[in-house]
Amino acid sequence: MMTLSPFVLVSLSILIIAFTLILVPLFARHQKILIYVSFPLMAISSAIAVIAGIWSVAVGIPESTILSIGLPDLPFHLRLDPLSGFFLTVIGLLSFFVSIYSTGYCKGYAGKRSVTHLVIFYSLFIAGMFLVVLSDDAFFFLISWELMAIASYFLVMFEDELIENRRAAFLYLVVAHIGAIAILLSFGVLAGATGLEGFSGYTFDAMRQTEFPLKWATVAFLLAFFGFSAKAGVIPLHVWLPEAHPAAPSNVSALMSGVMLKTAIYGIIRVTFDLIKVFPLWWGAMVLVLGLITAIMGILYAIMQNDIKRMLAYSSVENIGVILIGIGLAIIFTSFHIPVLAALSLTAVFYHSINHAMFKGLLFMGAGALLHATHKKNMDEMGGLIHYMPWTSTLFLIGSISISALPPFNGFISEWLIFQAFLLSPSLNSPLLNLLIPMGAALLALTAALVAACFVKGFGIAFLGHWRGLHNPPLHRGGLEVNWPMRIGMLLPALMCLILGILPTMVIEWMDKISDELVGGKIATTAGAFGWLWLTPVAHERASYSGAIVLLWIIVVVMLVYILLHSRKTAIHRVPLWDCGFEKITPRMQYNANSFSMPIRRIFGFLFNIREQVRLSNATLHPSFPNRLYYRLRIRDRFWGWIYKPISESSYWISRKFGRLQQGYIHVYLIYSFITIIILLVFAR
Amino acid sequence: MIELYPFLIEAIQILIVLLFAPLFVGWIRMLKCWFQGRTSAGLFQPYRDIVKLFHKDVILAENASWLFRFTPYLVFGVTVLAGGIIPILSLSLPFATVADVIAIVALFAIVRFFTALAGMDIGTAFGGMGSSREMMIGSLAEPAMLMAIFTVSLISQTTSLSNMADMLIHKEFILRPSMAFALLAFVLISLAETGRIPVDNPATHLELTMIHEAMILEYSGRHLALIEWAGMIKLFLFTTIGIASFFPWGISTLPSNAAIGGLGNLISISAGIIFLILKLGFLGIGLILIETGLAKMRIFRVPEFLGGAFLLSTLGMLSYFILE
Repeated sequence: MMTLSPFVLVSLSILIIAFTLILVPLFARHQKILIYVSFPLMAISSAIAVIAGIWSVAVGIPESTILSIGLPDLPFHLRLDPLSGFFLTVIGLLSFFVSIYSTGYCKGYAGKRSVTHLVIFYSLFIAGMFLVVLSDDAFFFLISWELMAIASYFLVMFEDELIENRRAAFLYLVVAHIGAIAILLSFGVLAGATGLEGFSGYTFDAMRQTEFPLKWATVAFLLAFFGFSAKAGVIPLHVWLPEAHPAAPSNVSALMSGVMLKTAIYGIIRVTFDLIKVFPLWWGAMVLVLGLITAIMGILYAIMQNDIKRMLAYSSVENIGVILIGIGLAIIFTSFHIPVLAALSLTAVFYHSINHAMFKGLLFMGAGALLHATHKKNMDEMGGLIHYMPWTSTLFLIGSISISALPPFNGFISEWLIFQAFLLSPSLNSPLLNLLIPMGAALLALTAALVAACFVKGFGIAFLGHWRGLHNPPLHRGGLEVNWPMRIGMLLPALMCLILGILPTMVIEWMDKISDELVGGKIATTAGAFGWLWLTPVAHERASYSGAIVLLWIIVVVMLVYILLHSRKTAIHRVPLWDCGFEKITPRMQYNANSFSMPIRRIFGFLFNIREQVRLSNATLHPSFPNRLYYRLRIRDRFWGWIYKPISESSYWISRKFGRLQQGYIHVYLIYSFITIIILLVFAR
Repeated sequence: MIELYPFLIEAIQILIVLLFAPLFVGWIRMLKCWFQGRTSAGLFQPYRDIVKLFHKDVILAENASWLFRFTPYLVFGVTVLAGGIIPILSLSLPFATVADVIAIVALFAIVRFFTALAGMDIGTAFGGMGSSREMMIGSLAEPAMLMAIFTVSLISQTTSLSNMADMLIHKEFILRPSMAFALLAFVLISLAETGRIPVDNPATHLELTMIHEAMILEYSGRHLALIEWAGMIKLFLFTTIGIASFFPWGISTLPSNAAIGGLGNLISISAGIIFLILKLGFLGIGLILIETGLAKMRIFRVPEFLGGAFLLSTLGMLSYFILE
């Protein structure tokens, strides 16, 4: 009889995924039954994983096991400690919501295309993410990592009739594998530096117990950081992200943006704080600078987008940047031996990870609902949807408020914690950092404000105003609303956004074991005279915030004012739109996505490669009397031209040169073999 | 047992915020009329305007959604909440711990977020124009504002506005370069955030230049009254944030519990009110000197103006880290 423990639960959850995979071929002919069986099973499996994760973080004792499968002499090591438990919770929570949502979303494909391989790779994808955080040796980690990467590659390829989807998937595959090679090399360096015989250095336990010399630690850290950055979409390794995330079906994009990126964050934290445990100052400074660049550039790119899913994908780049800022600060403070501040930064990192999973998952599901209802991704063809999709619009609004870091929702908490970490930082004994920390705070503040602009644009253009599309939407109100599983799948993360926003003390108390284990410090959640309602990270005189009271106050005052004003009857007259007497006002005269972002484009345009053209139609007789104008706007990523194009062009050039070896005659190849043998005989005696 | 006395002070402060805000706007308008050689409508004209609007019917566009009708209430509620947190009369308000200065800036961000959305809800070109411009200005002004306040909070080692003011009152006064930068930046930002000349003109409906008025162009009746009133409170609150973080002397510092005794507290609160009126009177004059001395800027000069403020505030923080 096995006693129930978090580890047993998580094994059960993975077994359920395996069971789902076995069921898939049986139902392949009955697509609807397949959807109704597999996705609820995935939801159950994820829910069990969440319980296991929450439990293991709460207990705080690592559990590990060795599976003697895999290669001979290389058994798989698995371990569930608070850090992996936390990320297991994050992944499980979002995949639980997304699985509920998928039950409704995938019905849209029924009768159009087979979802069998969507279900297979969806299950493998989630299993891969669970196993990544559970694995405790380099070998099994890389296998799980590849399982996750390959499964998501096939998911991006799901609608493979479109050339841009195939291109996006290929780009994703290439970047993911360059990253994986770097991670493999990094583990190789670490395993070699443990100094153990044979393959026994490949377990994380062996690495944990080794004190690495700075030289090898640096090599390993840089390789691992490069590899994980490629997965997380850190600028300049981000170019695949805005291509691949929008190409995937929306439920998958939600998972990719919401939690797959977090596995890379997990990797960075695991390797830096748990395995290497050396903290030179400049690593932290490098991570901080890269985080700042990623955050600010990510959100600026997001504002320029008109495709709602691309906008969300770039916004994920920004959020990864914010998380990296926290990690960078944590490394800096650890290197100065200030564990309390390091713990504060890491808590902000964890909080932002779970927050981003919730609101970005919600927003991608909302974008999926828009796609499901209107079959459009370009927000310039939407508009006025608040009347046609009351549920989706409200939930999308909650997501937008949360991501814009407005109280009392959750995004504000993590941003607040990072600002606190910046402000609490004393004058450090390094001129570079004394310059970097204020600049960092400034750029983070700028980023936070631009996020709000970006999501006012996203919500305002898609949901408010008049319908901008060419064909009329259905006339009755609520006519485009999505089905119930999709609504519930979005409602639950929206509730989580609120709960994480008003009960931060409980969440932080739950997870402060992780920072305690990693950097040897925790933050005082309920310091001083205040109760659990107030979040007081260091001391109550320094800073305090209570989301619950803010929410309560807003509700009370809004209701009070509403009742006071409605005690006396003043009528509401519904009238047609005031058109300034022009009488020919059309929906095309509204502000659209391009015009909304124009002021910001004008300020920050120098960072982009922008080409703007206005052309008169050919039928115009005289420029003074134009009868039609054409406007073209093209915004390109400068990094594409700076980094990727030279690399791809030179690799094509090299392969063309090597292509000359290929003559197509058998005797030429025999000569090659002959020469090779001669050379080997000469040099390798 | 919960003491009622602190909550009484809190209630008095909220009442003062609600009532003084229109009065402050009336004072500014009166000064402006005098400076421009016109006859003013009197100190109490803003009250009359609000009351008039409350009595009018609401004219709502056909396609206005719930968001459009909800926004005025939210904007008003959030602004009043901020008014309960900022130390205006006393440093020991029960609400002061609810939100620190970062949260107060975020509360104003809620106001901006929803006003901008409401501007886009009707789907007229004016609304979208206002929202787009407002978000541009906000996205530059908000970080500059945070940086200016951060400089003060680094000096006082806290982000709670009450404790910041407390530190300033009790520490010996030193002229710090970082504070000077922060103050200058704060003045520039306040002009932008409250929609005053040279960034925006509250008294105009000229399409080329209007920002805030463009967003709320479709509002009428009680909705407009709430938004206007909230706008007045916002101006008042920005002034008081400036007072609390740069010139806090005069705000009552007594701990508000019954042990001190009612009379002493009452005197210090009344003194606080008198100080407040004096400071507001002078700041109003300063504001009018700026407003009459400058012309409204072109909209695309505003980023330079705000970028300057952002640079100044970052310089302030840098000089703290490097010099102090």
